[in-house]
Amino acid sequence: MDNDATLQSLVQQALEQLKKATDSQALDQLRVQYLGKKGELTSQLKSLGQLPAEERPKAGEKINQAKQQVQEAINQRKELLEAEAMNARLASEAVDVTLPGRSQPSGGLHPVTRTLERIEDFFSTIGFSVEEGPEVEDDYHNFEALNIPAHHPARAMHDTFYFDAHTLLRTHTSPVQVRTMENQQPPIRIICPGRVYRCDSDMTHSPMFHQVEGLLVDENISFADLKGILQQFLRAFFEQDLRVRFRPSYFPFTEPSIEVDVDRGDGRWLEVLGCGMVHPKVFEMSGIDPEKYTGFAFGMGVERLAMLRYGVDDLRLFFDNDVKFLGQLS
Amino acid sequence: MKFSELWLREWVNPALDTEGLEMQLSLAGLEVDGCEPAAGEFSGVVVGEILTAEPHPNADKLQVCQVSDGENEYSVVCGAPNARAGLKTAFARVGAVLPGDFKIKKAKLRQVESLGMLSSEKELGLSDNHEGIMELPEDATLGQDLRFYLNLNDTLFDVDLTPNRSDCLSIAGMAREVGVLNRVRVNQPIFKRVEATIEDQPEIILEAPQACPKYLGRIIKGVDIKAATPVWMKEKLRRSGIRSLDPVVDVTNYVMLELGQPMHAFDLSQIEGAIRVRKAEDQEKLVLLDGSELELTSDTLVIADQQKALALAGIMGGEHSGCNDATQDILLEVAFFDPLALAGKARNYGLHTDSSHRFERGVDFQVQERAMERATELLLEITGGQPGPVVEAVEPEFLPKRPDVILRKQRLEQLLAIRLPDTEVTDILTRLGLKVEDQGEAWRVQVPSYRFDISLEVDLIEEVARVYGYDNLPVKAPTAALFLQSKPEAEVSLRQLRSTLVARGYQEAVTYSFIDPKASQAFDPENTPLPLANPISAELSVMRTSLLPGLTKALAYNQKRQHPRVRLFESGLRFIQAAEGLRQEPMLAGLISGSRFPESWTNQDEPVDFYDIKGDVEALLELGGNTSSWKFSAAQHPALHPGQSAQILRLGDQGHWQPVGWVGALHPQLSKQMDLRGQAFVFEITLDSLQQGQVPGFTSLSRFPEMRRDLALLVNEQLAVGELLQEAENQGGEWLQKVTLFDVYQGKGVPEGKKSLAMGLTWQHPSRTLTDEEINAQVDQIVTAFSQGFGAELRS
Repeated sequence: MDNDATLQSLVQQALEQLKKATDSQALDQLRVQYLGKKGELTSQLKSLGQLPAEERPKAGEKINQAKQQVQEAINQRKELLEAEAMNARLASEAVDVTLPGRSQPSGGLHPVTRTLERIEDFFSTIGFSVEEGPEVEDDYHNFEALNIPAHHPARAMHDTFYFDAHTLLRTHTSPVQVRTMENQQPPIRIICPGRVYRCDSDMTHSPMFHQVEGLLVDENISFADLKGILQQFLRAFFEQDLRVRFRPSYFPFTEPSIEVDVDRGDGRWLEVLGCGMVHPKVFEMSGIDPEKYTGFAFGMGVERLAMLRYGVDDLRLFFDNDVKFLGQLS
Repeated sequence: MKFSELWLREWVNPALDTEGLEMQLSLAGLEVDGCEPAAGEFSGVVVGEILTAEPHPNADKLQVCQVSDGENEYSVVCGAPNARAGLKTAFARVGAVLPGDFKIKKAKLRQVESLGMLSSEKELGLSDNHEGIMELPEDATLGQDLRFYLNLNDTLFDVDLTPNRSDCLSIAGMAREVGVLNRVRVNQPIFKRVEATIEDQPEIILEAPQACPKYLGRIIKGVDIKAATPVWMKEKLRRSGIRSLDPVVDVTNYVMLELGQPMHAFDLSQIEGAIRVRKAEDQEKLVLLDGSELELTSDTLVIADQQKALALAGIMGGEHSGCNDATQDILLEVAFFDPLALAGKARNYGLHTDSSHRFERGVDFQVQERAMERATELLLEITGGQPGPVVEAVEPEFLPKRPDVILRKQRLEQLLAIRLPDTEVTDILTRLGLKVEDQGEAWRVQVPSYRFDISLEVDLIEEVARVYGYDNLPVKAPTAALFLQSKPEAEVSLRQLRSTLVARGYQEAVTYSFIDPKASQAFDPENTPLPLANPISAELSVMRTSLLPGLTKALAYNQKRQHPRVRLFESGLRFIQAAEGLRQEPMLAGLISGSRFPESWTNQDEPVDFYDIKGDVEALLELGGNTSSWKFSAAQHPALHPGQSAQILRLGDQGHWQPVGWVGALHPQLSKQMDLRGQAFVFEITLDSLQQGQVPGFTSLSRFPEMRRDLALLVNEQLAVGELLQEAENQGGEWLQKVTLFDVYQGKGVPEGKKSLAMGLTWQHPSRTLTDEEINAQVDQIVTAFSQGFGAELRS
């Protein structure tokens, strides 16, 4: 047999054996068997010495080609086996992705907090800061300083919880306005969220509920500014280009006083907040010059807004703390 | 204020339908609470007369009446007790339709044929009166359609007036307002002066002129109190929600509705001597018209005679001096009482009357003469009698003052952001009854006696804005100087704390700030809670000194509703009565109970334990970035399990550990009292302490390898491991990076009374590789300290 034929048959033999190799160990054996230092193809190079010098390069090249051919076949086989192994592994590791995940499910904020945070966010974008005040208040800050002297008929509108003749649970968040104005000269831009209390409990009244009060005091603040801000706020809050109506009302601490209604598209007017231009007497009592400064204040019931926004139909649900209710609205 | 639309339209009749009027009033600040028809929807009901009424042959309580409609006679079975011969009443003939689409058909009642039905006010939707069939006046025209006869195609307006608008508590006031809004003329009824025909006159002494600066009295003799009030007056009263009683009372009520002036009529025979308007004597007794007996206080104004109190001034008359069936001579009272003198008085006695409502808010102090003449005129028409002269006692210096108010044109423009034409402003104010004088830069405005709410410039601005229409005023976005608001970075916000808890599965709760004193005692016996003077119920009667009772109550509520897995938190104030006064302290509290995870294929159903809630608390503390200034120490709390409760301490500025909260298991005894199932774990921490964090700082990262040694230790099972970990940190040298407890074990292989701990210690040097010798020396030091200080031995 001449060298060529031997080479050919060795290559053929190697390729045949490769087809039968099923793991990397077998591949490695074959590589050693044919391409190793003492491998069958490698040892062909040793026979080159027997050839005439002028034939050697050509024959050498042929042997190297054969080695290369076998090496490539080994590589291919290796890749194939690896891919198969990976596929098998992946198949064996498949999980049911539709099974629920392993986790502590999130809780949620109370709808009142959720609503308050939205309101705070809207106003903080235009420079309002959040102020808080005591809930056990004195008569002066809850009433007197807001131009509601003792026995004023407007007091009948507030069913007040008392501790003694001078101490009470605040009936609105407006005292925080007063406390802020006592300590700060304009410009003032604040909102005051918090719990308020009225001695009244039935389907539509809770003895405790939440309000957000807002106050803007500066030079040259007008009724038009009040309308502008509240209109923008209500449209932002309900995320709807709703109709807003400003209706005269009466609060002793504002003049003019206004109630604001919205129509969310069904033609019904719903009262959502009260507001007005700060009464000059309130400014005077808190040490702010009513000639130099004007301003407006507004107040809204948080539960009422939350009920409208989320469609809650019973006020009492807000204070039962039923986790099913809380979970729905978080 | 409730009134009939037709009555209002007698005074002022704008070109507006009912709905338009309703909208207009609401938008002018006179909020219409409701509009309802003056009667139910019915037809075919006429004025009928009962000719005869005979007992029903087969029923005790029924009568068979022969009823005439002026043309024919009908036999009608009727069960009303007041059905009697000669009575004119509402007769629904066959074919009539009553409210609720109730068709009247020929019927047989206990074998007797009935051709129609005699109706009560309630059956016709006129009132709730169902005591008997309607009693119509004798002069009612037989056969006339009842809707026509009573003028029932009318709407009842219910206007919820704000306390400042007492001037609208009358038809006259409403009419004035509607006149202004529509710029139409108001028809004032002609004012007649009634001449005296007798000379009798009361003596009136104003002993408290500040409270009552004006009092008019007039004697009318020989009134027929049994005369019938005319149906038109009865109907107007009914449509204002006032029941007709007798003609004297009806007339006084009518004048009050018409002109806004409350009045009173005394039985003259019960008055001894002069009328004294005075302050009550302390503990003076007075029986009111409604039969209640009052013990008066000396700040109460009464109408009295020489002997006794006759009436609670401006609130309610007395029973003794009131009119009754036998009354013949009366004394009419028309007075002005100062709003401040009456403010709160009716309420103090648990009363609220149409009269007190008006006087407290302010009655026109110039309308008394007119009201007296109007009442006299109406009374004479109905009851007859001889009027005496009007006696007027007045102390003008105590009447309300109405100083002129200046309205600057520039201020009006500034506040409303619009320049209204001068003519528009003067027209609005003039129609409201104000006298306006243009002074160039401003108007000088004279305020009428019926407006108690206008004394400042801004009050006038409101009137102009209101009548002009708030919706017609401009809208703009405010402009202001921009100031960046600084926010301390070290402060942990309540929002961060809340969202951390939410992420850990907590629902936020809001519980009442007032709680049951028993719960307060059970949870926090050391603090006496602040009690409410007028609580809504005993269960909500003291201010909470802790948020835990509320959260625990919420847990009980949820367990009863089959929600056993509960994770709640709340933020809010607690109210502590301290030596320095009431402390209103913001707190953050939480509660967990039930299984650690929701039921799932991945978890075993394990209940939560102390370390779950402690982990949640630690997560909150970590937000501040200064965990080393916190520690937990075993301590006893009355509401907590003595073996599973820790006080939470925070390192104060002075280097002292300050107690700032608690974490632990609810005491099993308390759980039992509250009917709770399973264990509940709670925490409560002052919000301030949680919010004080620190700004993070950088230390350079070492590029050299970390070295770790693990220690296995045997310690006494009572040992607080936290102290051991602290000791490791103290003894580990400056390159100790981390101490990790990775196992705590008791059981097989560990001697009784001991527990096994496994601890990992990690060192790293910033600028070189540490040597084994260095590390071994540190480990030795720690082990020695453990052994000497804690009796800990190394496990082999």
